[in-house]
Amino acid sequence: MTTENNNKTDSDEPVIKIEKMNKWYGQFHVLRDISLQVKQGERIVVCGPSGSGKSTLIRCINRLEEHQDGLIAVNGTELSGDLKNIEAIRRDVGMCFQHFNLFPHLTVLENCTLAPIWVRKTPRKEAEATAMEYLERVKIPDQANKYPGQLSGGQQQRVAIARSLCMNPQIMLFDEPTSALDPEMIKEVLDVMIELAKTGMTMICVTHEMGFARTVADRVIFMDEGQIIEENEPEEFFNNPKSERTQKFLSQILSH
Amino acid sequence: MSDSLAYLRTDAAPELPPPSSQVGWRKWLWDNMFSSMANFGSIGSAIKSILIILLTVTLFYFGATVIWSLINFALIDAIWTDPDTLKRGVCATVAQGGIVEGKVGACWPFVEAKGKLIVYGRYPEQELWRVDALFIGLAVGIAWLLWDKAPFRSQVGTFMLTAFPLIAFVLLTGGGVEYSSGTWTTLIVLTALFLGGGLIAARNLLGEVMFALSGFLIVFGGFLAVLLFTMFVTSLDLGLVHVETSNWGGLLVTLVVAITGIVASLPLGILLALGRRSELPLIRYLSIGFIEFWRGIPLITVLFMSSVMLPLFLPDGVEFDKLLRALIGVALFSAAYMAEVVRGGLQAIPKGQYEGAMALGLSYPQMTRLIILPQALKIVIPGIVNTFIGLFKDTTLVLIIGLFDLLGAIQSAFSDAAWATPVTSPTGYLLAASMFWVFCFSMSRYSQHLEHKLDTGHKR
Repeated sequence: MTTENNNKTDSDEPVIKIEKMNKWYGQFHVLRDISLQVKQGERIVVCGPSGSGKSTLIRCINRLEEHQDGLIAVNGTELSGDLKNIEAIRRDVGMCFQHFNLFPHLTVLENCTLAPIWVRKTPRKEAEATAMEYLERVKIPDQANKYPGQLSGGQQQRVAIARSLCMNPQIMLFDEPTSALDPEMIKEVLDVMIELAKTGMTMICVTHEMGFARTVADRVIFMDEGQIIEENEPEEFFNNPKSERTQKFLSQILSH
Repeated sequence: MSDSLAYLRTDAAPELPPPSSQVGWRKWLWDNMFSSMANFGSIGSAIKSILIILLTVTLFYFGATVIWSLINFALIDAIWTDPDTLKRGVCATVAQGGIVEGKVGACWPFVEAKGKLIVYGRYPEQELWRVDALFIGLAVGIAWLLWDKAPFRSQVGTFMLTAFPLIAFVLLTGGGVEYSSGTWTTLIVLTALFLGGGLIAARNLLGEVMFALSGFLIVFGGFLAVLLFTMFVTSLDLGLVHVETSNWGGLLVTLVVAITGIVASLPLGILLALGRRSELPLIRYLSIGFIEFWRGIPLITVLFMSSVMLPLFLPDGVEFDKLLRALIGVALFSAAYMAEVVRGGLQAIPKGQYEGAMALGLSYPQMTRLIILPQALKIVIPGIVNTFIGLFKDTTLVLIIGLFDLLGAIQSAFSDAAWATPVTSPTGYLLAASMFWVFCFSMSRYSQHLEHKLDTGHKR
């Protein structure tokens, strides 16, 4: 697996390539000089204090946020203003949000089949069969005909994961998937994510679940003030953090 | 001391029924009759309770008196038949030169005698079957659509929104409209330009800006194509006698104006609301301009301008039908209101819904149609129906440009000397009010049913 510095010698092209990327909100420089390469099947955990730009970074990868400078390429397609490229990339990059963002007016099953039917033009029957398969995998096939509002937070997040998987994505982005959940529900979502990691899915997770990072991640990236401060494999990262900022952050979140 | 903090439940707390004062008729009686008044715990609260009881009784008395006198007028003292065709005599007291001794209530024979005028206006007698056929078609179509479990609902809905208006137009006017060859050529050329240009631009052959605008071009081109088709159908001559719209009247005009306004204002309003939130400045400012223009002027002014000023701007020889002008005016006017109602719903949709949809790769039209609008429109059903009801009642304003709607037709019936009695006009107004109320209340009930049906609960 990969060690700290990933590229150049590797022959296979990275699925995500970010080079010298910068982003501003008005005058505010949120992302500074970000360079990152992710290879097929890699699992990356991004952590850092709130406001450090980690969510913004992964939201740039499927263009929910626009970057102003530098390059982002997914599967060799560069993200630019071209709508066709953006929609193509979004088809192949799944995303789960902190607040799930399920569609409350559709049932769980309809949530899962909507995009395959309308975007991938899958026949309804087939889409429903695939959706049930994934609902099975996240262990809530019995809730298929309920509305999202009738489910618990943990169940909703698992539906959201199943919904993304129904598009058969190559890359999954997780934006603090467990931050809005009660402690009892965090585990059920993490279990699903660990299962997913075992299948070899390329994953980028913004999370504060350090246990998850230790078990699953190939690399941990620490961000602060819009920059990547440190990047290492999890054992090294947690046991032997190099920068002072990382040490301070880790001491704060691991002290309890 | 040590065990004072520890507690361990050994047996589960039983599930008990609520106290008897919290269920059934006792709860109802308490909640609705006594909760605010029956408190005699102290002198102060006893005085308050007595005052509240007195107030309740007084209000109840006045309410009952009003309702009773209405029932008295409309039903008990009312005159129902006119067997000897005495006309005004049957509804006038002896002192007024009639035959009634004592009090006179509503004069229903007047309504019966003027029924045709009230429903059809001055539509020619032998052509009334056309209006009747239309009313029946409309009633069947609407009933079909309102019945949730009816088969072929979407097909019937499409029919009612596309073919039915054309049939209605041909039936009511007689069809055979003549358009100048210039109109035909212009429209055909424009349609080809917009539709063709849009389709080419959609393939990204004309550059970024045109690509972004291609959807708009195609929609507008499609609109023109529909217009062309409409012109074609309305120009067909099926041998029906032509009936001038100036001869239409009564309920017919009210329904034509209201239904056209309702059917046109919702889609137009949705487009305007989306346009106002568009990221393309051209579309945004056009929408804002349109909405603010129409919202800024009173409907009466719109109607006056359509009948007095519009002819000044049109080239000589081009004439717009008076009713058509009113229809367009009412539709655009209510579209502006509708746009703001819909925009309110759009603003209530959390950003996460857009992001969730975009992250799945849905295009803007798909996202809008499948995710955003269903939720936004559901939220604003009360506002939409409010606008519909307002529109329905505003149709009475067409009277001022010389169209006789339901109210206008009833009022014009008052002028018949053969029916001049003191109770004629109260009867007429009572009828007008009841008819409007029935239509508006039905809309209100249906909207509540719809809200209930679409409620998936648990908003988030």
